[in-house]
Amino acid sequence: MAVAFDEMNIPGGDLRPAYQELARWLKETPPEALEYRRQEAELLFRRIGITFAVYGDSESTERLIPFDVIPRIMSGKEWALLEKGLKQRVRALNMFLRDIYHGRDILRAEIVPDDLIFQNPVFRPEMNGQQVPHDVYVHIAGIDIVRVDAEDFIVLEDNARTPSGVSYMLENREIMMRLFPDLFARHKVAPVERYPDELLAALRSVAPLSASSEPTVALLTPGVYNSAYYEHSFLADKLGIELVEGRDLIVKNNEVFMRTTEGLKRVDVIYRRVDDDFLDPLTFRPDSVLGVPGLMSAYAAGNITLANAVGTGIADDKAIYSYMPDIVKFYLGEEPILKNVPTWRCREPKDLAYVLDNLGELVVKEVHGSGGYGMLIGPAATKATIEAFREKLKREPEGFIAQPTLALSTCPTCTASGLAPRHVDLRPFVLTGSKRTTIVPGGLTRVALKEGSLVVNSSQGGGTKDTWILDE
Amino acid sequence: MLSRTAENLYWLARYVERAEYLARTIDATLRVTALPAAYIGKTNEWDSALLTAGVAASFYQQYEEANEHNVVDYLSFSTNNPSSIRNCIEAARLNSRSVRTALTSEMWDTINSAWIELQAAWSKGASTREDLAKFLRFVQETSLRFDGSAYRTMLRNDAYWFSRMGVHLERADNTARILDVKYHVLLPEEEHVGGPLDFYQWSSILRSVSALTAYHWVYRETLKPWLIADLLILNDTLPRSLASCYGNLVRNLDQIGVAYGRQGPAQRHARGIRNRLEHSNMNDIFQHGVHEFIQEFIADNSRLGEIITKQYLI
Repeated sequence: MAVAFDEMNIPGGDLRPAYQELARWLKETPPEALEYRRQEAELLFRRIGITFAVYGDSESTERLIPFDVIPRIMSGKEWALLEKGLKQRVRALNMFLRDIYHGRDILRAEIVPDDLIFQNPVFRPEMNGQQVPHDVYVHIAGIDIVRVDAEDFIVLEDNARTPSGVSYMLENREIMMRLFPDLFARHKVAPVERYPDELLAALRSVAPLSASSEPTVALLTPGVYNSAYYEHSFLADKLGIELVEGRDLIVKNNEVFMRTTEGLKRVDVIYRRVDDDFLDPLTFRPDSVLGVPGLMSAYAAGNITLANAVGTGIADDKAIYSYMPDIVKFYLGEEPILKNVPTWRCREPKDLAYVLDNLGELVVKEVHGSGGYGMLIGPAATKATIEAFREKLKREPEGFIAQPTLALSTCPTCTASGLAPRHVDLRPFVLTGSKRTTIVPGGLTRVALKEGSLVVNSSQGGGTKDTWILDE
Repeated sequence: MLSRTAENLYWLARYVERAEYLARTIDATLRVTALPAAYIGKTNEWDSALLTAGVAASFYQQYEEANEHNVVDYLSFSTNNPSSIRNCIEAARLNSRSVRTALTSEMWDTINSAWIELQAAWSKGASTREDLAKFLRFVQETSLRFDGSAYRTMLRNDAYWFSRMGVHLERADNTARILDVKYHVLLPEEEHVGGPLDFYQWSSILRSVSALTAYHWVYRETLKPWLIADLLILNDTLPRSLASCYGNLVRNLDQIGVAYGRQGPAQRHARGIRNRLEHSNMNDIFQHGVHEFIQEFIADNSRLGEIITKQYLI
């Protein structure tokens, strides 16, 4: 694999402009001071209780995501390009969803194959022909971006269901500002703190017609045992809305109410962090205790807005991903600003043959997997793992896609042996309301802390960094 | 507010209050049992600690003998005792997590820090008496900090009132229980009235509700069973007395009633209990029987808990 693009250092010894002040500061700051601040940061995170749960880990149900104190920095110009690309991409995602659940022009134009939609378990026939308020499906999108050079931004994955991580964007900034006020004084960092306001405004703007002029918004969480529970409570608090569980809600006459100490109170918009499958036991999984019986009929009656809408999984499915450049062109008539990773669709025999021949160099992902589980990173895998994967692939080729192993860009990161480059990605959060799309300048930078590792997922030993967009 | 949030706040406060009460009970029992045998008499103080905590039955399912080691372990650290101090703190943390948005950061920090310390320092229990003393102090300080941060940082709205109701309901129950277990000591007819045994028994009662100094300030008298009962039951200047708890419960329920624009059975029931306490005097109570009076109170108090739950929390 080629040497990765480093976002700070240019081979030959020069620095990329956005990092010059940081480099100067690093030179002035003794390593012990950095280590001391790192420990302080960890203490803060633990005290605030910013933890996440790792499924299948009985040892400790609550863990901290390691936090790296070296910020990841982008120039305002780089951000402007990225922002434009993100808005374009999310617009296309919303138009695609509207089309799939209504006219299906894109299928008739044979841009996307029918069976990829209709045989996809995340396609929701319940949504066929259903009007969603203001035609917004994906109110909150988390688009995973990687870089391999100074020019392009590449989308690794679209997250259009219930993307998480935004609390880290906000808390990382809080903690950095507390620990390194001097460093902030020396940079002009665009603030991220208005995210909760923007989110609330977006959610209120999509309230159903039957709502009052002061719509009530609530955040629906699966509960304290969910891995992202901290984020749910954090956001509810910042937004000033109730954090509800399924058992707090009740549907009467196709309206949704929450049980309060003063009786039932109508809810108009639910920012739901519960997956489609668990939303309503009458429609989806009957064994779900996380959902609200009757919620889908209130939704169909147009009395409640769900954000994100039901059925958005069909847009961020890994099998659909490879069609995204065509999807953007089809709906917007524009060239996609953000690139896609070249993707082999294992469902297509030609592609499958190529993938089987080159397993050692490719990354193979399950179409329906997430969180970095169940994927093969060819260059890092043992022979036995590759052979086992080959069998899985042959058995069920339509369940997989393959991509070249990208040399993800690196950023300087604190390690046991001092600063060293580590691979990073970025998840900015795109908010879509009834009238406008906004993106707070920044996002969640995830970093693979192990040397050479390309897996940034927190469930697999990844950490996070504060992301700075310079306001030049 | 969400009924579930109110319920969590209410129980969170109860768990913290209960943990403190258990710590005080253990502390007071340690003091009495440290005395030479002649001062203690034949009663098993550890047994009565179990009784005041209301866990004697479940204790004997797991242990043969109520001695210091077993009882301290069961009341403080046991994971098998649903209301051990450890489980109270665990439950308080879980409740806090589910109502984070209704807690101030100071309250959350108190509970979360206590929980972290419980894991870090006390996962194996206390190995020495000094250790145990440190643990009991830690528990009491956690409760004080929690109470103090609630008092100093919470908005005075229904969230605060539900949380305070949890404190006072639990506190009334605890005070009543300790009185009930020790009531035989308070009865003037008992044979060794005035002996050294009584003195230490009484002072241990007062200590477990942090009222030993208060007693002297209020009555300027040597310890007398009559006055101790008066202090713990009827004297509304003592924060842990039944009268004081009910003064507060009635006030909190009234505040909720005003805020919500309507009253209900909880308000009426609490007022009834408060009125009974206001119109009682120790003479009548002793005539009627302390045990009977307290038994009735405990039943009334837990009935109020049920009514509050029905009216607001589900």
